[in-house]
Amino acid sequence: MTSPATPQDRRQAPEAGLLSFYESPIPIRPATLGDAIASEWTKLRSVRATVWTLGVMVALMLTLGVGTALLLAANDTNLAGEPALALGLFGVLLGSLCVITLGVLTIGSEYSTGMIRTTLTACPSRARVLAAKAIVFFSLVFVITTVTATVVAVFQTVILSGTVAASGGAWALATVGVGLYIAGLGLLSLGVGAIVRHTAGAITIMIGVVLLPLVLAPFMFADALRGVQRFLVEYSIPNQLSALYGTTMTSTGPSAWEPLLVMLGLVAVALGGAVALLNRRDV
Amino acid sequence: MIEAVGLTKRYGAKTAVDDLSFQVRPGAVTGFLGPNGSGKSTTMRMILGLDSPTAGHVTIGGHPYRSLPNAPRQVGALLDAKGVHGGRTARNHLLSLAQLAGIPAARVDEVLGVVGLQDVAKRRTGGFSLGMGQRLGIAAALLGDPQVLLFDEPVNGLDPEGIHWVRNLMKMLAAEGRTVFVSSHLMSEMALTADHLIVIGRGRLLSDMSVTDFISANSADFARVRVPEDGPEDRQKLTATLIEAGGRVMSEPGGALRVTGLPLPRISDLAHGCDVRLWELSPHQASLEEAYMRLTQGLVDYRSTDDTKAGLAEPPPLDAYGYPVGGHTDVPVAPVEVPQEGWYAPPPPGPRPAPAPPAPSPAAEPSPAAEPSSAAPAGEQTSKDLR
Repeated sequence: MTSPATPQDRRQAPEAGLLSFYESPIPIRPATLGDAIASEWTKLRSVRATVWTLGVMVALMLTLGVGTALLLAANDTNLAGEPALALGLFGVLLGSLCVITLGVLTIGSEYSTGMIRTTLTACPSRARVLAAKAIVFFSLVFVITTVTATVVAVFQTVILSGTVAASGGAWALATVGVGLYIAGLGLLSLGVGAIVRHTAGAITIMIGVVLLPLVLAPFMFADALRGVQRFLVEYSIPNQLSALYGTTMTSTGPSAWEPLLVMLGLVAVALGGAVALLNRRDV
Repeated sequence: MIEAVGLTKRYGAKTAVDDLSFQVRPGAVTGFLGPNGSGKSTTMRMILGLDSPTAGHVTIGGHPYRSLPNAPRQVGALLDAKGVHGGRTARNHLLSLAQLAGIPAARVDEVLGVVGLQDVAKRRTGGFSLGMGQRLGIAAALLGDPQVLLFDEPVNGLDPEGIHWVRNLMKMLAAEGRTVFVSSHLMSEMALTADHLIVIGRGRLLSDMSVTDFISANSADFARVRVPEDGPEDRQKLTATLIEAGGRVMSEPGGALRVTGLPLPRISDLAHGCDVRLWELSPHQASLEEAYMRLTQGLVDYRSTDDTKAGLAEPPPLDAYGYPVGGHTDVPVAPVEVPQEGWYAPPPPGPRPAPAPPAPSPAAEPSPAAEPSSAAPAGEQTSKDLR
């Protein structure tokens, strides 16, 4: 049967002596991705975790970024040749852990509370639910990170007025680029959270992904492991983030906008895998 | 209309739902009964497309749930009262669901009023009691004003007022022409609410019939017939006549006859026909609960046992000679085995996939002094005769 059975059955009902089907007086319209986005925005803004994690991130970025600049200014450190914007990295690096937590929680809390069943009953399309979550979460984190990074960069430039002036491209990378990268990292966490379905497990995995390469690399003394060591350092998330500020641990490796392409690939794989798994798996 | 055909769900070696086929029709409250772990919730999840069946399929109005157009406007479900984010307010929880389904936001306040939660709409659901959670879940199910409603244990944790309200709500929803499918293990509740019953045990369909049919088919419905005590030949004559007419007759210790398979007026007519006076002709009907226990007794996965605390109790203090204080030198008396629950006679023979019920423990034998009208001897009597 391809068409809804209602009209036909309604005609049959009086003959059979049965009651007719109930029909709602509320007009029915098909739900869209826009509806799902509105729903996810309601969900995200109505839990305290959002305010806490993003609030902590903003606080870390502001205090560490401005604090470092003030400290250097007070000591009259000579920063000749060094871009002042790079001082924003420390705050962003710590703040990224908050974004990871929120990204995992966005989907993980649905699984831990059982809300996911209600959600997927209200919207049977798994891809739409995940897309709406990704869009809302990405937009929120992107806007907040970019605005905060810009404010920090302005403060640093004003406080350390003696340093070299950064180019327009460097400014774009240190604000919009960082915002995109951190929001992408959050999306990666969301994808991992959807795959793992366990909040604590997914957060642990993501923190490992961020920190472990740099913890392992220094211990690779053997010559045979040089290549691996170099790869781990160059493609570690802190180093790629640092590349957005124009400072890297090595001279090779991704630079300028390249880290964003790497992150885009990772996000595509994680979210694609998550959609495929959600479609196949029992909830 | 919900239709399941050959629905099967396996988790590894365990078969949770086994070749289940049934239909749930609109305009009636259909109760879904079964012991814990019998596959009720798994079936509900498969209806909603949350779990995919290993074999078979289930459709709502002819479509599998996941390809149903406007699914949330056609089907509403309460699966788990605790399935909400505790940090979100009741109103925001419902608002997010309404937005997801494309339902106007005004409907949220409407259903909050329907379930009586409007005063706590701005409170976080983490502080809600189980009963309030159930009301919130019912509100979510009603949000889309759907044609088909599924409720998994809706009265758990509700106060008497709430139970009464849910009962009337189900009946009202069904009277409007909706399909209402309610799972429960509260038999007394189902007896008052449901029109039709689907009973499963270990994932298999045990029964699919109306409540009244279910009770008479699965309980020890019988008529007690007593003839004057001065005429044993009258008693035999009546017994022969009743058996000839297709009834089943058992003798009670008090001299009365227990007749099944014949309606009361027919018994009266037959007695009149063979010229036997009756001192008593009374109907005895079992409750839905007893009928249900009889049907599922062999299919209960999780059965409680006595808590004997064996091996944990401290040994009695010993005196100087190594004997227990108090002079009782003999071994401790073994505890008398008492069954946990009343044993019910097996259901009437028929094509039913139920395994044989466990043999009654000797301790379950009724004492000779017991009144024949009490439940346990009744079952005993019937089972003896069936053997």
